[in-house]
Amino acid sequence: MVNLGGLLDVPLVWFGLIATALFLYVLLDGFDLGVGILFPFAPSDGCRDSMMNSIAPFWDGNETWLVLSGGGLFAAFPLAYAILMPALYIPVIIMLLGLIFRGVAFEFRFKATTSRFVWDYAFHFGSIVASFMQGMILGAFVQGVQVEGRSFAGHAFDWLNAYSFMTGVALLFGYGLLGSGWLVMKTDGITQNWARRCSSYVLGYVGFFMVIVSISMPMMNAGVKELWFSAPNFFYLLPIPLVTACLFAKLWYDLHRGAQTSPFFLSAGIFLMGYLGLGISLWPWLVPFSVTFRQAAAAVESQSFLLVGTVVILPVVLAYTGFCYYLFRGKTSNEGYY
Amino acid sequence: MIPHIDPVLLSRIQFAFTLSFHIIFPAFTIGLASWLSVLEWRLLKTGDTVYAEIYRMWVKIFAVTFGMGVVSGVVMSFQFGTNWSVFSDRVGNVLGPLLGYEVLAAFFLEASFLGVMLFGWNRVSARTHFASSIIVALGTLISAFWILAANSWMQTPQGFRTGENGLLYPLGWVQIIFNPSFPYRFVHMITAAYLTTAFFVGGIASLYLRRGVHVRQARVMLGMAMIMAVFVAPLQLWFGDEHGLNTFIHQPTKVAAIEGLWETRRGAPMNLFGWPDQEAEETKYAIEIPRLSSLILTHDLNGEVRGLKAWPKDERPPVVWVFWAFRIMVGLGLLMSLTGLSALVLYLRKRLFDTKWFQIWCMAMTPAGFAAVLAGWFVSEIGRQPYIIQGVLRTADAVSPVRGSPVAISLAAFVFTYVVVFGAGSYYIAKLIGRGPEADAAVYGSHGVKEPPLITNLVSEEGERNG
Repeated sequence: MVNLGGLLDVPLVWFGLIATALFLYVLLDGFDLGVGILFPFAPSDGCRDSMMNSIAPFWDGNETWLVLSGGGLFAAFPLAYAILMPALYIPVIIMLLGLIFRGVAFEFRFKATTSRFVWDYAFHFGSIVASFMQGMILGAFVQGVQVEGRSFAGHAFDWLNAYSFMTGVALLFGYGLLGSGWLVMKTDGITQNWARRCSSYVLGYVGFFMVIVSISMPMMNAGVKELWFSAPNFFYLLPIPLVTACLFAKLWYDLHRGAQTSPFFLSAGIFLMGYLGLGISLWPWLVPFSVTFRQAAAAVESQSFLLVGTVVILPVVLAYTGFCYYLFRGKTSNEGYY
Repeated sequence: MIPHIDPVLLSRIQFAFTLSFHIIFPAFTIGLASWLSVLEWRLLKTGDTVYAEIYRMWVKIFAVTFGMGVVSGVVMSFQFGTNWSVFSDRVGNVLGPLLGYEVLAAFFLEASFLGVMLFGWNRVSARTHFASSIIVALGTLISAFWILAANSWMQTPQGFRTGENGLLYPLGWVQIIFNPSFPYRFVHMITAAYLTTAFFVGGIASLYLRRGVHVRQARVMLGMAMIMAVFVAPLQLWFGDEHGLNTFIHQPTKVAAIEGLWETRRGAPMNLFGWPDQEAEETKYAIEIPRLSSLILTHDLNGEVRGLKAWPKDERPPVVWVFWAFRIMVGLGLLMSLTGLSALVLYLRKRLFDTKWFQIWCMAMTPAGFAAVLAGWFVSEIGRQPYIIQGVLRTADAVSPVRGSPVAISLAAFVFTYVVVFGAGSYYIAKLIGRGPEADAAVYGSHGVKEPPLITNLVSEEGERNG
C-alpha cells in the first residue's frame, strides 16, 4: 500500500489540487460559456461563426476540468461529495443538462444547414442555464449546507433563495467578461470591436456584484467577519481587494486603449482574486459550515494512491493543454468550419 | 407535487437510462479509435489515398460520437453523488481512486489529443498526427480499463476491510483492481466494442455497395469489417463463455437467473427459452436440453448447479430481465459468428463484394453490436441485484437522501434531453454517412483558425498532405 502520509500533508495537497482544478474549470469553461452567453448579441452571422471557431478546438478539453473537479472530489473527499451532491441535486442536474445542450450544439451547428438557428439557440440558452446554475450553486454553497451525521439533512430547495439568484446573475456577467476578453484576443475587425464594447459594458456589473458579495459574506457569517476584519489579518488580506481594484482600473484603461491580449488575462486575474477571496473566507470548510476538508478526506492510502498517478499525469496534461492553446494561437478567421 | 414515489426505483431507472445511453458511445468510440489508427497506419505504409478518404469520413463520425460520449459522461461523474451518496461515502476510499484514474489517465488524454486528431491534419506532421490517433485509441482503452476495474470490483469485491460507520478501506490495490471478474470483463467488453464498430462499418459499407456508390472505399471497409467478423466474433463466444464460468464461481445467483434455474440439482438441464416467473418460482413454457447446463458450467454431465431457491427471495435478482437479456446477447453473438462464416465462404468463392443477400444481411446487422452490448450490461448489472456491491452493500441502502419527486422530474428531464440531443446526433451521423467518404476532402485545416506565424517549427514537409 502506498502511504505518503509521513512525507506530506496529503489531504492539504488534494485540497489544493481540487481547488486549482476547479479554478481552471471556471476560468477555461468560463470563457467559452461567456462566448455562449454573448452569442446572439453579436452583430452578424459572420461574427458568430468566428466566435464559434475561436472556441471549437478547446471546449471539450475545458469541460474535462469539471469532470476532474467532480471526480476528484469523489476520489479525495468522498464525504463532501456525498453531502454536497444531494444538497445541490436540482441545480447540478439542470447545469448538466445545460452543458449537454451547449456541448452538442457545438458539433451539430457545423453539420446543420436549415436547422442551424436551433443549435445557435441551444448553444446560447445552454450556456446561460449552465452558468446561472453554477452561480446559484456558489451562492448556496457559501450560505452553508445543513448536515446530520454523514449526510445532507436539508430540503430539496434549500439552494433556492434571493442570494443564490443574485450570485447566479453575477456569474453570468463574470463569464461574459471572460468571454468578451477572449474574443478581443482571438478575433479582429467588427467582432473584436463589438467584443471590446461588451467587455467594458459588463465590467461595471462585475465590479458591482463583487462589491455586494464582499460586503454580504462577512455580514452573513460571524466567522468570516472575524477572519477579515480582525487585526492583523486585515492588513495581511488587504492586498486582495487592492489588487482587484487595480486590475479593474487597468482593464478599463486597456479596453479603451485598444489592447489585444491583456483584457483576457486581466479578466482572468479578477476571477483569481475573487476566487482567492472566497477561498480564504471559507477556509477550512469543504462543506460550509459543517465539514472541514480534513474531516471529509478519504483514507490516506486512497488519497496517496491517486496522488502518485496525478503528479505524473497532471504535468503532462497541463503541458499538452498549453501545447493545444499554442497550436491554435493567434486570431481566428471566420471562413470555413471544422 | 407528485405524491410519494420510491426514490430507489427512480434512481435506478435514471442511472440505468443515462448509463445505457452513455455506454453506446464508448462502445463505438473504443472500436472506432483503434480502427482509425489502423487506417492511418495503412495509409502511411501504402500511401494509398483510399485509407485517407475512409479516415476522414469516419473521423467526423468519431467526433460527433465522442462529443456525445463526453457530455453523457460528465453526467455520470456527478450521479454517483446526486443519486447514490451513501454508496459514494461508503466506498469512496476504494472506488474513488479507480474512477479518479479513469478521469485522469484517459479522459484527459483523449479529449486533448482529439484536438490534434480532428484539427491537426495540416498543422502537424504525419507522424505526429498518427501518434495522436494512437494516443486517442490508447486513451479509450485505458479509460475502459479503469472503469471496468471499478465495475468488476462491485461484482466481485476483494482487498478491503470494513471500518467504522460502515466505511470500506483498501487493503491492497492490486487485489482491488485485478479482482476475479476484471480480466474476463475487460477482454469481453473490448472485444464487444471492436465487434460493434466492425458491424456498424460493415453495414454502412454494404449500403454503399448495394447502392453502387463509393465502391472503392466500401470494399476496403467491408473487407476490414469482415476480418473482424471472421476471426474475432467466434473468439468472443469463447471469451464470453470463460466470463460466464468465472461468474458461476463468484456470482452463482446471477448464473442461476441467466439459466432460469430454480431447483438445485445434479445434471441440470439448460432452458433454451421460457418465461421465468419470479412469484411462482418456476420457468414456464421452458424448452429444455437435458444436462447441458451442468455440462457447460461444471464440465460434467452430472455436475451440481445451484438453483435460485438456494437463496432467500430477497437475495434474488429480477430473473426475467437477466434471462432474456442474456439470450438476446448470445443470439446476436451467434449471428455475428455466422456472418463471419458466410463472409469467409463468400470470400473464398470471390463473391464477398457482390452478393446481394449478404449485403442486405450486413445492413440488417448494423446495430447488432450496440444491442448485444446493452443486453450484456443488463445481464451484468441486473444480475447483481439486489446488491450494488455484491454481498457488501444493498442497492436500496446506497441511495441519496433525496425524495422521489425531484428524481422523477430529473428523470423526465433526462429522457427529454437525451431523446432530443442524441436523436439529433444520430440524424447528423446519418447525414455524414449519406454524404460518404469523398465529400469535402479539405475539411482539415479549414476549421477557421489562421495559420500561426511560427508554423515552420512545428510542421514538417509532410504537413502539406491534403490527400
